[in-house]
Amino acid sequence: MSPTIFPLVLTDLAYGAGGHDLLKSISMEIQATGRTLILGPNGAGKSLLLRLCHGLLSPTAGRITWHEHSQDDAMGAQAMVFQRPVMLRRSVAGNVAYALAGRGVGRVDRHRRVAEVLRRTGLTAKAKLPARVLSGGEQQRLALARAWVVRPQVLFLDEPSANLDPAATRRIEDVILEIQASGTKIVMTTHDLGQARRLGEDILFLCGGRLVERKPAAAFFSGPESPEAVAFLAGQLTW
Amino acid sequence: MNDFATAFAHAFAMIGAFDPDLVSIVALSLQVSLSAVAIAALIGLPLGAAIALFRFPGVGMLAVLLNAMMSLPPVVVGLIVYLLISRAGPLGVLGLLFTPTAMIFAQVLLVMPIIAALTRQVVVDLWDEYGELLRSLGIGRGRTMATLLWDGRARVLSVVLAGLGRAMAEVGAVMIVGGNINHVTRVMTTTIALETSKGNLTLALGLGIVLLGISLLINGTIYAIGNAASRRGSL
Repeated sequence: MSPTIFPLVLTDLAYGAGGHDLLKSISMEIQATGRTLILGPNGAGKSLLLRLCHGLLSPTAGRITWHEHSQDDAMGAQAMVFQRPVMLRRSVAGNVAYALAGRGVGRVDRHRRVAEVLRRTGLTAKAKLPARVLSGGEQQRLALARAWVVRPQVLFLDEPSANLDPAATRRIEDVILEIQASGTKIVMTTHDLGQARRLGEDILFLCGGRLVERKPAAAFFSGPESPEAVAFLAGQLTW
Repeated sequence: MNDFATAFAHAFAMIGAFDPDLVSIVALSLQVSLSAVAIAALIGLPLGAAIALFRFPGVGMLAVLLNAMMSLPPVVVGLIVYLLISRAGPLGVLGLLFTPTAMIFAQVLLVMPIIAALTRQVVVDLWDEYGELLRSLGIGRGRTMATLLWDGRARVLSVVLAGLGRAMAEVGAVMIVGGNINHVTRVMTTTIALETSKGNLTLALGLGIVLLGISLLINGTIYAIGNAASRRGSL
């Protein structure tokens, strides 16, 4: 594996659009271990923060630094899965192979790695089907496979099970745990408290574009400090 | 009325018997228009994709210009090409006037803007969907262009066929630069125009029926491609 890109350090990060401050002075550090969950109500800026960290957006103020890497170099060691999976108009296997071809992986090696990641995500039987005829849950698993196959150091997940039923959600979570077990750092947004309790180790609580609270999961759920987090956990935070 | 019915009967008989005149005219039409569309696609597909994806000075102007050129009158294109390739024109030395090559040249000018402008729209739409993913995967510019054209292949193919429809149907440009010379530059549309004015309705009708058939075939194909693609979720 290439040298680590961690830690990720955000310094006074801000992002605005159309005269609105959507994220305000966020400073934090993310380490290579554990699952970091970004929690918060709709419109808190969770997806935005993920896109900024991944380099899809540029901050309007402040800095994002990866250990001794420029943002462009570091992007090659990252992958992202979006809330609505983007399915290329190709077969299931073709979608996964595309990600590898983009990283310059040779044909023979590509074939082997595609087969392996499809097996581990339970999609082997569907390998030859057009990706866009899969069910929502299968499409999201394919998106995970496509991200996993490049062996990223960090995987950003933007509400990966937002539109799925409980069974499909559980399968997605199982795959995420497997990806982490293979050595990839997980950074994930969710507004689903149940999911946050199941997967969370390191909780970042975002509200109104600010990083309101950060704690280990157990401490966060048993004793939130900020009034916003208390209200959110009680299901009373309305926007 | 009776003449009309007789002409129809004779026209169908001509098609059925593969009348050599009719066949050679149809063949030349196909040769000119298919060549023109192939060349126009080679230029127009990458050009349309590049205008959709890349920011360079004048890109907006170029997009507007291409859109305007979609509705260029064929006779005007014919006139411009005529001026370019006539003896006194800048390309006069090539001796292209009244040759099939000149007709291809004119049709490329006619069809290329259509293919480029419609391709731009296909690629813009697909980029809306694919943009973040391709950037996240670290896909370079050239590969991005190729990916969007390939993944938009159903719509891109319809675009090319729309260009073919335009090329097959136009009469003004090929008439001016081709000269409608028998057995040399006479295609379906120019023959229909000529024979109708001469009162020879049989050949004109026969060709008209073939032209309609080709037009139906092209549009039927576009429809079938769209249908098949949406069944596979790949539109």
